[in-house]
Amino acid sequence: MQRMMLTACAFALACVAAVPSMPASAKETVKIVYIGPLTGGNAALGLGGRNSADLAVQLHNADAKAKYTFDLVKLDDQCKPDIGVQVATKAGADSSIIAGITHYCSAVAIATVDTYHKFGLPVIVWGAVLPAITYGNDYPEIHRVNGTMINQNEVNAKLVTSLGYKTWVIIHDTTDYGKGHDEYFTKFLTQDGGKVLADFGVGADQQDFTAILTKVKELHPDVVYFGGLTPIGVRLRSQMDKLGIQSQFEGTSGIVSDSYIQALGPIAEGTIAFIDGAPIEKLPGGKFFLDQYAAHHYAEPPEAYGAYAFVAANLIMDAIEKVGPNRKAVTAELAKTKDHPSIVGPITFDAHGQNIVPIVTAYVVQDGKWVVWQDSDYAKGKRKLAGRK
Amino acid sequence: MDPGVAAQYAFNGLMLGVIYAMVAVGFTLFFGVLDVIQFAHGDVVMAGAFVALATSLALHALGIAVPALVVIVVACAAGLAMALVGALIARYLVLPLRAAPAFNTLLVTLMLGSILRELVRLFYPNGSNPQPFPRLLPTVSKNLGNFTLRLDSVILLVTGIATIVMVNLVVRRTRFGLAIRAVAQDSDTARSMGIDFERVVLVTFAIGSALAGIAGVVYGLYYNEVNFDIGLLLGVIGFSAAVVGGLGSIYGAILGGFLFAALQTIGSVALPVSSAYNNVFAFAVVIILMTWKPTGLIAERPSERA
Repeated sequence: MQRMMLTACAFALACVAAVPSMPASAKETVKIVYIGPLTGGNAALGLGGRNSADLAVQLHNADAKAKYTFDLVKLDDQCKPDIGVQVATKAGADSSIIAGITHYCSAVAIATVDTYHKFGLPVIVWGAVLPAITYGNDYPEIHRVNGTMINQNEVNAKLVTSLGYKTWVIIHDTTDYGKGHDEYFTKFLTQDGGKVLADFGVGADQQDFTAILTKVKELHPDVVYFGGLTPIGVRLRSQMDKLGIQSQFEGTSGIVSDSYIQALGPIAEGTIAFIDGAPIEKLPGGKFFLDQYAAHHYAEPPEAYGAYAFVAANLIMDAIEKVGPNRKAVTAELAKTKDHPSIVGPITFDAHGQNIVPIVTAYVVQDGKWVVWQDSDYAKGKRKLAGRK
Repeated sequence: MDPGVAAQYAFNGLMLGVIYAMVAVGFTLFFGVLDVIQFAHGDVVMAGAFVALATSLALHALGIAVPALVVIVVACAAGLAMALVGALIARYLVLPLRAAPAFNTLLVTLMLGSILRELVRLFYPNGSNPQPFPRLLPTVSKNLGNFTLRLDSVILLVTGIATIVMVNLVVRRTRFGLAIRAVAQDSDTARSMGIDFERVVLVTFAIGSALAGIAGVVYGLYYNEVNFDIGLLLGVIGFSAAVVGGLGSIYGAILGGFLFAALQTIGSVALPVSSAYNNVFAFAVVIILMTWKPTGLIAERPSERA
């Protein structure tokens, strides 16, 4: 009798497995992939994104009404384009993976778009800001929930020129990411009347910047602008201090991370940087996200782009719930995304799969925290940025 | 150029140079006694920096917060630990391979470097990420026009130079140094004169590696950050500096170290192209120098060649 029961069970299970779309009490498991930098200098952001995507999956799986159970595969791109293409190929070649939440680093995201297109794997970029990732191709597979560096540099140039600064030195890393920031910031700054005294490209793993910074010191710029990511941002700011450079320091979304402040300590005070979108705690779903994140006891904070990884995971899961675990169908479904409610506000993809994000938020480091510029003591005049009286 | 700015360039260059020279001296010592190239030497610098970092964190946890004491303990820990590592490398990797072609030693130590690097990456907590190195030295600074002189940088520069001078004195002026030089000149004759060959080799590797360990501490205190992969480039630069200066000569290694730092500084600021090319420029000049003087700027005296 027992034997018969077992056989019956096995038969029932086999049926469920063989006919995936058949509604059954045991849910089908669907694999989706998260890719971001889990090791290396930008790992803090990658881990925050991973946890946030994981949170979305866990919340979804806890929902009894959902048709599918999701399994999040986590891969590490190390913020290196070559490794990124390798893991993208791995994800693309695995036909059980239906869609991806991919990349914080622009240099990696731009290197992998061809791979995703080749394998027909729909992905949503959750943190990389290089415009060309969505605008440089017509691949229907590529989407992005966060904004591009065009918007943030426009807002950046407006704000800093309005503070009365006149002269800049631009330092950027020589990846596509850094060069993109250099290009757009220079363009908007010149329009707004700022003057670029010098423009330096630096290697993405360079350690010593004292020679360049000595030249910067000689030029006495009002502001040093850095287009690049946290590790070099930390080294530059630290070595500026060593050389006694008094200029104001500002960066891009690439340095808005808790690890920037942690590594620099008090020297981080007064650094300005920008992020696309509004600060998470001010968003409609921000409190919900932060509460849930805290309730799940992740070891690392969500960091600046965690909310976007969360939203990207939800968009993908919602699409799969609607059209089933099929890459082509999911790609087609994502293209239709319009005013889709999310914790970062409604998501609408344009023809290139780019979410239209109208907001950019300025931040300044105050007392060891990234504080929204408008709420800071600096904007209120209680404290002064470098060179302001 | 403004004299203050010129002084700043010179000082930055000196700081870099002293770190390179400390690494290069190790390469040259090892080559001197055994005619081998220890390619894991750059990673020994990195390991030294991490030992220092771990020690400083341990002291912090124990509640010891007197900066001067912490710096001394940290530097001693890194130096001694690396001396031990160096002696172990000599005893178990380099000496057993003596009869094999020199090529094998080079390969084996190259692999050892990768192992050291990966061990730190995998086993140091959060080891893949850059680690903030504590600021243990006084940060007071003096502005002389455009030149900012920081006390911590001065201390590091003096320490670096002092350790190199000490190693040089040991090699030139002591009885043990005489043994090192004897082995360097002709190991067979030295042995027949009653010099304990193995002991000389082990101690030489210990001295060179301790110097690398201290270089790691200087590096950490100067940049306030260490990373598991800093040894790779430091090793290549240190080795190039030793070769350009003249492998086997301590003065050559020092000269090579400062020369390389000068080239990098020039490459960063004086070239019309992007400063990201500073290493391209520095290594290109090194290649030219090596073609011009294959035995290095300060060549070993012919009698010293084995």
